[in-house]
Amino acid sequence: MQDALRLLRSSPWSARFGMFVVLFYVFMATFAPVLTPYGESEIVAAEYEPWSSEFLLGTDNLGRDMLTRLIYGARNTIGIALVTTVLAFLIGSVTGFLAATLGGWTDQAISRVVDILMAIPQLIFALLILTIVGTAIPVLVVVIAVLDSTRVFRLARAVAMNIVVMDYVEVARLRGEGLWWIMRRELLPNALPPLVAEFGLRFCFVFLLLSALSFLGLGIQPPTADWGSMVRDNATLITFGDFTPILPAASIALLTVGVNFIVDWFLHQTAGLKDE
Amino acid sequence: MNDDAAITDTPEPLLKMTGLRIEGQADEQWNEIVHGVDVVLHRGEVLGLIGESGAGKSTIGLAAMGYARPGCRLSGGDIVFDGVELRSASENYKRDLRGVRIAYVAQSAAAAFNPAHRLIDQFAEAPVHHGVKSRAEAEADAKDLYRQLQLPYPEQIGYRYPHQVSGGQLQRAMTAMAMSCRPDLIIFDEPTTALDVTTQIEVLAAVKDVVKQFNTAAIYITHDLAVVAQMADRIMVLRYGNLVEEGTADQIINHPKEDYTQRLLAVRTYRKPDADPPSEEPLLRIEDVSASYSGSARVLENIDLEIGRQRTVAVVGESGSGKSTLARVITGLLPPEDGRILFEGEALPPALPQRTREKLRRLQMIYQMPDTALNPRQRLRDIIGRPLTFYLGLTGRKREDRVRELLEMIELEPDDFIDRYPTELSGGQKQRVCIARALAAQPDLIICDEVTSALDQLVAEEILKLLQRLQDELHVSYMFITHDLATVRAISDEIVVMLQGRIVEQGTKNDVLTPPHHDYTDLLLSSVPEMEIGWLDRTLAEREGRRSRGEKVLESADQ
Repeated sequence: MQDALRLLRSSPWSARFGMFVVLFYVFMATFAPVLTPYGESEIVAAEYEPWSSEFLLGTDNLGRDMLTRLIYGARNTIGIALVTTVLAFLIGSVTGFLAATLGGWTDQAISRVVDILMAIPQLIFALLILTIVGTAIPVLVVVIAVLDSTRVFRLARAVAMNIVVMDYVEVARLRGEGLWWIMRRELLPNALPPLVAEFGLRFCFVFLLLSALSFLGLGIQPPTADWGSMVRDNATLITFGDFTPILPAASIALLTVGVNFIVDWFLHQTAGLKDE
Repeated sequence: MNDDAAITDTPEPLLKMTGLRIEGQADEQWNEIVHGVDVVLHRGEVLGLIGESGAGKSTIGLAAMGYARPGCRLSGGDIVFDGVELRSASENYKRDLRGVRIAYVAQSAAAAFNPAHRLIDQFAEAPVHHGVKSRAEAEADAKDLYRQLQLPYPEQIGYRYPHQVSGGQLQRAMTAMAMSCRPDLIIFDEPTTALDVTTQIEVLAAVKDVVKQFNTAAIYITHDLAVVAQMADRIMVLRYGNLVEEGTADQIINHPKEDYTQRLLAVRTYRKPDADPPSEEPLLRIEDVSASYSGSARVLENIDLEIGRQRTVAVVGESGSGKSTLARVITGLLPPEDGRILFEGEALPPALPQRTREKLRRLQMIYQMPDTALNPRQRLRDIIGRPLTFYLGLTGRKREDRVRELLEMIELEPDDFIDRYPTELSGGQKQRVCIARALAAQPDLIICDEVTSALDQLVAEEILKLLQRLQDELHVSYMFITHDLATVRAISDEIVVMLQGRIVEQGTKNDVLTPPHHDYTDLLLSSVPEMEIGWLDRTLAEREGRRSRGEKVLESADQ
């Protein structure tokens, strides 16, 4: 605990900024119903109202309050992205560790399947599957998680490969330990730093993919507030010189930057790189 | 130089470092690692720097070039090379110096050569770049030096890539490269430590020869006093970044003053008392075992071996002799192609997954590198405790007590160490933990794979004594795999000499170590440096004499 505090105190300004941004978003998402003046999909005024004291950021194409939807959007988009990333890491790490530990045919089989999945552009593949199976949120989560787990698999396998050759893994094998024990106790703790760093990056990508899908109409469906679809729905406003539709996009960008700052710092710490 | 003062009985030294202080960075802090050491080196003189790891000998060696490794800095003192102070000299000046007037030979030539370029291209790079020689001159010179360093095919060997020549040859090619600009000073940083003994002797001879011939000054860094006794005119003994003792080779080797130097000299004198071979059924019997890696050439052929209860069998051989493969076969990691292994008269299943937990328990292994044999993310409590739970079903209080007991057995204070991570231990302590982990399973046989070769000599000796004490108390048997004959002399009851996958000689310690020997055993034994000045010249002269009398003298496999 003290170590963590000391680490926090030694963090650079960029990491602190990132942490501030992430905490702010988490706060917004958690207390969305309290913080918002109106309901998530409540139509409160005419379409495209300008900014005013009543509607701080104006209203959208259906007359819903922009600010309210922006805050709810944080909740939906971040929540779904988080669940998706966790799932992707579960799938990717387990298969990656399995491939590295067992090697041989298991490794070949899993790796080739992953190669096939990675050969098809992710967005197009996701569009394809979602058009076929529909866009319910659980489906969305599983599809993106599976597609994204291929990247996690690559990393987990590469990292585990370097650990599997260590003598302590051989010691565990000679002791007669099972596969699960070796993966969980010998591999995982040593593979954790790069995986955690990757988690931050992957989270951003999932987030962007999700927003992209929403923008294209195959992501989170209305009336659920979501930053991607908010950009699309209000895009016409830009032609009138109003930059309100940029705000959800800016929210995405800010969070991505914030998370990346933290990840950079974390990577720097775990890799033991020193300023030179 | 017109200054008369310079022409005196003791000419200006080539290199003079006074009050040298070097700091290293750890956790954002600078700690001093070399505390004011004075080094004086005259032209044509060979200075031996000796000490254990962490003594600062490599750091001092590099400082002679005005260089500090990343994460280190030269924080104090003067480094005067041929009249110029290097700490304040410009980078450009130092760059012109390095490679031309000061050269460096690294411990691992395999890692120091660029694998993508031919040897001769790398040889020519420095002289051509610094404008000392033309490309053609450099190539001719390379072949000349290769010949003087007794490399085979000196005309052609330069056109090979580093991976196409052996370790000993590479080390000599590296020495040739260092000589390419005829430097005034060469720094040898443990150049033979990674080599087999029979190869080491040839590299030592070649290096000594060339250094003498070109009257080059050299700093020879090593942890092995016996080696430095052959090479150096003067020796500095270092410890923890301080000078312990300095003197001529004769003074240090034959009349050491300091206690620490005496201990370094006394290392390797430990001897296990002779014991009678047991008459009962051997614990482990290997019958006619052959093995290979995935169908390629055989690595082990027709091995027959017995290990008795409470006996230590040393398996000796150089790299590639198949001694570690033998351990893999016994542990079941590599099932043999032929033959069988009997444990207490009962056949052991060849492959690991077929063995019962009880069989696995009775056969434990200790590794060469304690750094990689301990999971850095587990505390000692879990590292030592896991076999207790896994094999013996101990949990909770009982397990905790037993872990503490084991820690006491390996002479580590339980309260202090039980919650530590392996990274918070020294190399010797880590190896002790590996021993405790093996003992936790209460095995009958422990395979020790080069357990002391990654450790400093004094620490290694402590480990050997510990292993011996544990054997006396717990009656375990050891199979001791090693390339170091000093270790063999210290701890073994029986010796097995291996060469290229076969056993060439085996018997009790006295049988094997007293003549007549098998030719290879003889080569191996006579190649181990002795703590005696002039040993190298004498041995080489002896071999030469035998060769001239038409007797057979085995060459190192490296040639």
